[in-house]
Amino acid sequence: MYRYNDFDEAFVRTRVAQFSGQIARRLDGSLTEDEFRPLRLMNGLYLQLHAYMLRVAIPYGTLDSRKMRQLAYIAERWDKGYGHFTTRQNIQFNWPKLPDVPAILSALADVGMHAIQTSGNTVRNVTADHFAGAAADEIADPRPVAELLRQWSTDHPEFQFLPRKFKIAITGSPNDRAVTRAHDIGLRMVRDASGAPGFEVIVGGGLGRTPMIGAVIREFLPQSDLLPYIEAILSAYNSAGRRDNKFKARIKITVFENGLENFRAEVERRFAEIRPQFTGADQALLRGIEAAFAPPAFREAPTEAHEIALANPAYRRWAETNLSEHRQPDYAIVTISLKAHGGTPGDASAEQMRVMADLAERHGHDELRISHEQNVILPHVHKSDLPAVYDALAGAGLATANVGLLSDIIACPGMDYCALATARSIPVAQEIATHFRALGLEEEIGRLKIKISGCINACGHHHVGHIGILGLDRAGVENYQITLGGDHTETAAIGERAGPGFAYDQIVPAIERLLRAYLGLRNSPAETFIDAFRRLGPAPFKAALYPPQEGQRNAA
Amino acid sequence: MSRRFTPKVITANDLREGDTVWLTPDDRWSRDHLDAELIEDEAHAQIRLLDASVRGHEVVGAYLAEARPGPRGPEPVHFRETFRTRGPSNYNHGKQAGAA
Repeated sequence: MYRYNDFDEAFVRTRVAQFSGQIARRLDGSLTEDEFRPLRLMNGLYLQLHAYMLRVAIPYGTLDSRKMRQLAYIAERWDKGYGHFTTRQNIQFNWPKLPDVPAILSALADVGMHAIQTSGNTVRNVTADHFAGAAADEIADPRPVAELLRQWSTDHPEFQFLPRKFKIAITGSPNDRAVTRAHDIGLRMVRDASGAPGFEVIVGGGLGRTPMIGAVIREFLPQSDLLPYIEAILSAYNSAGRRDNKFKARIKITVFENGLENFRAEVERRFAEIRPQFTGADQALLRGIEAAFAPPAFREAPTEAHEIALANPAYRRWAETNLSEHRQPDYAIVTISLKAHGGTPGDASAEQMRVMADLAERHGHDELRISHEQNVILPHVHKSDLPAVYDALAGAGLATANVGLLSDIIACPGMDYCALATARSIPVAQEIATHFRALGLEEEIGRLKIKISGCINACGHHHVGHIGILGLDRAGVENYQITLGGDHTETAAIGERAGPGFAYDQIVPAIERLLRAYLGLRNSPAETFIDAFRRLGPAPFKAALYPPQEGQRNAA
Repeated sequence: MSRRFTPKVITANDLREGDTVWLTPDDRWSRDHLDAELIEDEAHAQIRLLDASVRGHEVVGAYLAEARPGPRGPEPVHFRETFRTRGPSNYNHGKQAGAA
């Protein structure tokens, strides 16, 4: 794992000192809110409905036990004993007080963490496949490149005042777990005909108000051209992106309005200009970073403890849903579900964070990951250790066997916390999870992605959920629209709106009608919801959502 | 003719704690919405908002929120404002945690 060098350390400490001074001047009245707001947003500090919120960057979702324990400490010392892991692999603290923020940032800096560029119109935290370095299907670990991008983009003078925020995601696997097609730039590792590694570069994807699937701007970019090419894209966007209208300022609109061919031509022109300035220092730096991400010393040992434990039905169920194939056959990737039925998606208590940190240290080569699906990953667990890991997780309320199932829901904070939200998300997720558990249908329904956003900004990725739920304010009442057929993977697709929205107390019954219809329509239990939807099209699902005998609908 | 003015309260977030506060008739910022001044006149509402907006060293983002008279004081109209008097629905945190 990458460790801060002296430069990183000095930069973060300097920023903490600067922002602490700015907070002091805000508190003593020397700075107005108009003056302070851009400064706090540069440092990840928001003001939400009930309190301030501090968004802490977890670069490419990678943590070690020391960092996780420090997050637990911060949650207990300055917050309300928990943290919320987000769809951008970050963590948010929902209750910090302004005078405490300098101490929190110092505590973060103590473990090489910060909240810089987690807000504002800058390059945000670079996200990556949460199975990076462990997945069986991977070409190479994408995190060294993600770290290179982090270093390049942090405080990059040209890109501190972009037209709008800018999100980059990277994957090293053909199976896309990083939603690369819904980012401003998506990078997918590929090899050319000679076997040399490089990237497919995707540009102009994004969700929000105007959802778009990104387009391929370069089919193959050699690895050594990566930084100048990304810089050329940012530069072209920085010039051509619209600053007159916030809703048209993302790069997806720039690409759409100018046309991909014109935008590509401008990127290539800019690339030709700046490529000669990259004389290899970046590649030398990358070699050094790669060394920091060398794979752990994998252990060779018998795995029968795992096979024996499979006789326990609860363990077997957990193993079936929460384990993924590791590139070392004797190892497994463990996904720790933060989706206990009735809990808040993505929340972990300080105590749970410590349990996860302990497990990573004892059984997981000291690595943890945060997934964009708001779960925590132990990427490298030897199979003989799995029963002990399971027991410890079960003791901490962390052994919910639902990864990839109906209750493994992505949900944004919604109007329970967020000042931008138009409706609540969390209680809808809670109610869906508990309702279907009470019905006993979750396992029968099988693999399904439900994603919930509390406003059109789509932090809950509802457009790419198999079932997406969007909470809106319709004439002063919460109203929920359903989208169907979205896909967040390498076959990414934007879901289509099913019809009029549903009132707060009607959304769970609507989802039940939809899923009961699916159970009746599928041609075998092996046909998942999304497969059945693709085979049959939306009509039978819409018919279930809006039964003709129901006279009165909730008009949207 | 413009729409009839509906009663309002002035609300904001506290600068230090970040929690929700309401402007009272005697110019305090109260953490209880029932203490808020219910403003029934549009011109007076603009004056009170001006009063509030010069107090940026105490609060952030003061605005007029629709309210209606209740038995114990002004009550919110919109659900967002109701949540602001209470706290999140997933934990007993925020204002509701302090309620008797």
